[in-house]
Amino acid sequence: MQLIKPGINLDFVGKIKYAITFSVILIIVSIGSVIYHGGLNPGIDFAGGSVIQVKFSKNISADQIRGALKSTRLQNSTIQQFGTNEFLIRTSESFSDQTVLAANVEQPLAAAFSKDFEIRRVEVVGSKVGADFKRKAVIAVVLSWIAMLIYVGFRFEFRYGVGGIVALVHDVIITIGAVSIMNMEFTISILAALVFLIGFSINDTIVTLDRIRENVKLNPKRQLRETINLSINQTLSRTVLTSLTVFLTVLALYLFGGAVIRDFAFALLVGVVIGTYSSIYIACTIVLMFENLQISKMKRTP
Amino acid sequence: MFKSLKLRGAITLIVCLGCLYFLIPTFFSNIPSPWDKYMFKEKIHLGLDLQGGMHLVLEIDTDKALDAMVERLSNDLKESLMDSKVRFRNLEKMQPAKISMELAGADEEKGLENVLREHYPDLEIESASPREDGKFVTLRINDKRAAELKKLTVEHSLETIRNRVDQFGISEPEIIPEGDDRILVQLPGIKDPERAKNLIGKTALLEFKLVDDENSLDEALRGNIPEGDVIAYGLRADQSTGVRGSSPYLLKDKSLMTGASLETAKVQIADRFGDVTVGLKFNSQGAVDFERITGENIRKRLAIVLDGVVHSAPVIQERISGGQAQITGNFTMEEARDLAIVLRAGALPAPVNILEERTVGPSLGSDSIRQGVMATMIGSLLVILFLIIYYRLSGAIADVALITNIFLVLAILAAFRATLTLPGIAGLLLTVGVAVDANILIFERIREELRTGKTIRIALDTGYNRAFITIIDTHITGIVAAAFLIMFGTGPIKGFAVTTIIGLLASLFTAVFVTRVIFDYITTNFNIKKLSI
Repeated sequence: MQLIKPGINLDFVGKIKYAITFSVILIIVSIGSVIYHGGLNPGIDFAGGSVIQVKFSKNISADQIRGALKSTRLQNSTIQQFGTNEFLIRTSESFSDQTVLAANVEQPLAAAFSKDFEIRRVEVVGSKVGADFKRKAVIAVVLSWIAMLIYVGFRFEFRYGVGGIVALVHDVIITIGAVSIMNMEFTISILAALVFLIGFSINDTIVTLDRIRENVKLNPKRQLRETINLSINQTLSRTVLTSLTVFLTVLALYLFGGAVIRDFAFALLVGVVIGTYSSIYIACTIVLMFENLQISKMKRTP
Repeated sequence: MFKSLKLRGAITLIVCLGCLYFLIPTFFSNIPSPWDKYMFKEKIHLGLDLQGGMHLVLEIDTDKALDAMVERLSNDLKESLMDSKVRFRNLEKMQPAKISMELAGADEEKGLENVLREHYPDLEIESASPREDGKFVTLRINDKRAAELKKLTVEHSLETIRNRVDQFGISEPEIIPEGDDRILVQLPGIKDPERAKNLIGKTALLEFKLVDDENSLDEALRGNIPEGDVIAYGLRADQSTGVRGSSPYLLKDKSLMTGASLETAKVQIADRFGDVTVGLKFNSQGAVDFERITGENIRKRLAIVLDGVVHSAPVIQERISGGQAQITGNFTMEEARDLAIVLRAGALPAPVNILEERTVGPSLGSDSIRQGVMATMIGSLLVILFLIIYYRLSGAIADVALITNIFLVLAILAAFRATLTLPGIAGLLLTVGVAVDANILIFERIREELRTGKTIRIALDTGYNRAFITIIDTHITGIVAAAFLIMFGTGPIKGFAVTTIIGLLASLFTAVFVTRVIFDYITTNFNIKKLSI
């Protein structure tokens, strides 16, 4: 079976202008959404605070819970549905004292709903740890970018590395944008998804770049523009298939992995699609731009 | 690498058998005797998010330990200076961890230096500024000693917490230092988080102090606390209502004895009403001290103070020999048992703060396992079907590699006692997606080569060789990215990073090596005219 016919020759490079416009719009929308929401919506991992996951044995609405928690220290908490009859109660306060927690959650809920609930998860992160995680998160993302830049630069050429890294920054911004548009919390799982995507998305870029280099060797006289287009077409089948299989697994994760992991899977879903697109368009565009600027000549030997 | 197909086949077989060996206990819990003796014992270790339990990050307040040391030194220093006839006044401990004093004359600084050199190598003069009638001097602990003390404090705390958790009886707890002054505690399957936290976080500093009955408590409560005294509060339960209130005591600040003199502590049922107390037994030096202290203070009240709270303050009726004492205070059986544990394990050298706490109930854990396994099965199945439909026989070969990959990752997790978390399961599923990439790269390349009219053998050779470098590239980038997540410390995310790294390494073996063995086996043993790819 073949999804992409051999010898396919789509004019990718010719559509670069549209691609750039498209990407710029996505980035503007992403950054706009983050600004509109007053920055990212950090989870307790980064902001500090408490999350309490409660499961009820009968049908209950978030408003009922809010009513039950009125006049406790949790009255300003956000309450979010989390699966059937299950809710997340979130507050910026760090309840490290169990008795305080009991007085503000367990007892009021018991008063309102008798014993028809179960506290399934309690997470409390102090602001100190939150600040720590924040710092580490930024470091992790930036370091992975730099590592990829160095690796690709070392294996290929500096301008390829730059092409790759621009694509990665592009992917991370748009994925964060999607998380922001959905008004999801930015948790440590989302961060893990971003870093995984950085490692994954560079793959398509590497495969394409590898083919470009090979084709340059085979036919040094051809224009780079054409070589790039040919290489994208030659690797297109693989790019699409791989993205498809990864997309399938992530989709399974999103649909069946449960509420705890759904945000993580969502970020991956967006990231896989954007990553595939960007390695075709963004990475190669940057390489071409370098060529047009006459900054360096393509290496003739690997 | 290895030319001989037999050798490569044998390697594949050994790896598969190895997987089986390490995974048997995970999938089959009852292995009949005598076979169980020869089997690997450990199941895959599940993270707290999957089996339920409590994850705590504690911070040891090492500054407090430093402060306490300076406090002791300042008291000792007063006496030493008086002994050496150095004239000083207003010697007191300042925040943070410093001592200040005024020396009466210029010559006295020499005297102070001599005393410090001889008896207090840990202290150094931080600043000395002249005053009208002498000098104002501040002292501090030198950096080396302070660093040493902090390190010791953390080590000692770690030891104490380990002791407490061991005595509490939790299976497979994990207690490890993290960074300079943090301790990570993981308690799987804990039922009562509050109790566990109390047990771990309680300083449990037991002190015996005299009650100051000569000065007026009321006067002290109004703010006129006599020199050398402190006000402490005691929990007093109203016998009839059971309501606990607090009542103040005026105590001499100096502690006569501490919990360090204890040999053991245990729960006792005090009387026929079933009141529970904690019985203390002092070590030999402690028994001697206790006898002396009680002997010297007959008719006075001796307060038993735990973490600054007065538990009881009985009047000393007579000299008590034999080195036994009791703490009473309306305990429940559980409270008494936990108190005995913390007293036996000893006091923490410094207070601890809980920085991070994550508790997952067992029901959520099993839900997560169920959903994680479900997602993995469905995701893998989708990929497996896709490969067969798209690549036919070659797809089936890749599927074999894929399934081997999943089991290989699980086996490695079991063998190295690594932890499987919910994001770890996600990581496993993701590596399935990525591992397939290696086979897709190879197969697409083989198809290309076949289209140019090459023979099956040559097409296979070229396909594998050309794709290999690219596969290495893609795996290395994946591993490097995942490695950056390990710095987030123990927990679900590290589980994700570890599983992903193992998965990628395993896929290098299964997707490249194993599939090639199968292809080579088929092409040598069957006369294939057309490759099903």
